[in-house]
Amino acid sequence: MSEPSGATVLASESPLQRERAITIFEKGVPGRSAFVCPEMDVPRVDPLELLPPRLRRERPARLPQVSEPEIVRHYVRLSKRNFDLDSGFYPLGSCTMKHNPRLHERVAALPGHSRLHPLQEPADSQGALRLMWSLQEALGEISGLPHVCLQPSAGSHGELAGVLLTRAYHEDRDQQRRKVLTPDTSHGTNPATVTMAGLEVVKLATDEHGGIDIDDLRAKADETVACLMLTNPNTLGIFDRNIAQIAEIVHGAGAILYYDGANLNAIMGFSRPGDMGFDIVHFNLHKSFTQPHGGGGPGSGPIAVSDRIEPYLPVPVIAATGAGDDLVFRFEEDRPKSIGRLRGFHGNYGCFVRAYAYIRSLGADGLKDASEAAVINANYLLARLRQLGVAEHLPLAYGQLCMHEFVLSGAPMKRELQIKTLDLAKRLLDHGYHPPTVYFPLLVDEALMVEPTETETRETLDEFAQAIADILAEAAEDPRIAQTAPHTTPVRRLDEVAAAKRPVIRQQL
Amino acid sequence: MAEASYPDDLLYHADHDWARIDSGDPSQATFGITWYAQDSLGEVVFFEPPAVGAKLVKDEPYAEVESVKAVSDVVAPLSGEIVEVNESLSEASQAINDDPYGDGWLVKVRLTEPAEQAQLMDAGAYRQSIGA
Repeated sequence: MSEPSGATVLASESPLQRERAITIFEKGVPGRSAFVCPEMDVPRVDPLELLPPRLRRERPARLPQVSEPEIVRHYVRLSKRNFDLDSGFYPLGSCTMKHNPRLHERVAALPGHSRLHPLQEPADSQGALRLMWSLQEALGEISGLPHVCLQPSAGSHGELAGVLLTRAYHEDRDQQRRKVLTPDTSHGTNPATVTMAGLEVVKLATDEHGGIDIDDLRAKADETVACLMLTNPNTLGIFDRNIAQIAEIVHGAGAILYYDGANLNAIMGFSRPGDMGFDIVHFNLHKSFTQPHGGGGPGSGPIAVSDRIEPYLPVPVIAATGAGDDLVFRFEEDRPKSIGRLRGFHGNYGCFVRAYAYIRSLGADGLKDASEAAVINANYLLARLRQLGVAEHLPLAYGQLCMHEFVLSGAPMKRELQIKTLDLAKRLLDHGYHPPTVYFPLLVDEALMVEPTETETRETLDEFAQAIADILAEAAEDPRIAQTAPHTTPVRRLDEVAAAKRPVIRQQL
Repeated sequence: MAEASYPDDLLYHADHDWARIDSGDPSQATFGITWYAQDSLGEVVFFEPPAVGAKLVKDEPYAEVESVKAVSDVVAPLSGEIVEVNESLSEASQAINDDPYGDGWLVKVRLTEPAEQAQLMDAGAYRQSIGA
């Protein structure tokens, strides 16, 4: 075989590839700084009088001593070594990397939000409490489950809250239910959460349509089952049409139905987990309701629950008294059946502001439009890939249509073109795209999970489909280009085995 | 091992495990995962071996392999008790990819239900089951 075509171009290095990325601690010189302290305007006190000896430092902290331009350049440079949603299409399946409207940042930066202290008295932070309470009301309406707790700080944290609530519910009825059913399409966090909550994972098989195997569910749903954790649409991007029957079986066994809200973006405004028979749902505010996420900011995973789960909600609960504009809000701590606190303070408040801004700026109709556009975009991209002949090598794993995302199988591509899904993903980086999720869900061989989201244009979807078609055509000519990709990114193919076995997690400064 | 292979002297389990019955002592067997399994997993980074003496039940998980893609259960093709584990894999798990039927063996087992062998596949049937 000849050298890869374009090998000369691919072998040359860009400045970013050449430079060694160094930490801020390795920059600067002693005495250099980016600030001047203002005049002291309070009485000077010797810190030694204030701090007991065990809390005193023996040497000054080794903080970076750098100028402002050095700081700015350092972080801008680091950001250039990264791929972000603001620079390109990011169809990372299951992560809902939709555009984060700039309006939200403006609202979140208002001093009333950004300078609020979590220890401020409720009487002095009624505006913030009203926002949180209003967000709870909105999430309750969207989910069809009226009681909301905003505390959990990630989807997985929301899941943990949900499973702990389930456990509390059963224990309150003196029932020893230790098993949690999770479909084999479920997010990895589901079984992890169950284990963390001290319960036992039981897997459910998937039927030929990509939904839960009803016979398997019937066989496993008994009086030892605490709950079923379900994502609908699931990680295959398929809405389980048997949801009413599933709910009936689970409820018939006396178990709770838990909704993993990771894929809420597909159904918001169209159907509600509460109406489908779920008792507990977690939201991923950072996905469905836009927040910079994925290394770009904190998550938020509120939960909403039905009346029968409400007594066990974490404390404190935001309670409102009065009516209309005269509502007064307070934190209610006295709840004897509560599972307790889930974190210090009240959750990631900045996420609440952005999510509330999103809900209020789109309105009920707008949220529905967003879900619709997310589903149409995914189906358009799927159809476009078929039109370009990509399905021959990357067929849809289940079904014909999808919801907001779809899962292709790269098994034929690997067999016929000698490139794996990982190679395709790496080569997409050279085309300026963040790769889709790969090798998940596990039941699909060489899985490629694509979620375009509603905020991408038709042109972007067309270009992305073309890029995949081009990579397959290139692989038919010479698979080595994809096998050794990426070629243009600041770091090239990483040694994942070494990264897992011999990770460098400490740096001597 | 770059090319798929399924040796004729092994018995195969549908969950992509193999068993080699000891030719000198038919009550003993060696277990491992198939070429297909290691190829699907991708590069293996850890193998968590069970303890010597652990009891294995056919079709039940007895160990975990972690690859760059995922952590997966390893299922016992036959029931028995572990008499030896492949200690060298803790340092050189790559052997599971490079030589799945040789240096990449996982455990040696004293079989408690030798009759179960009748339920396993030969190389031909296994090849057919994976479409190879």
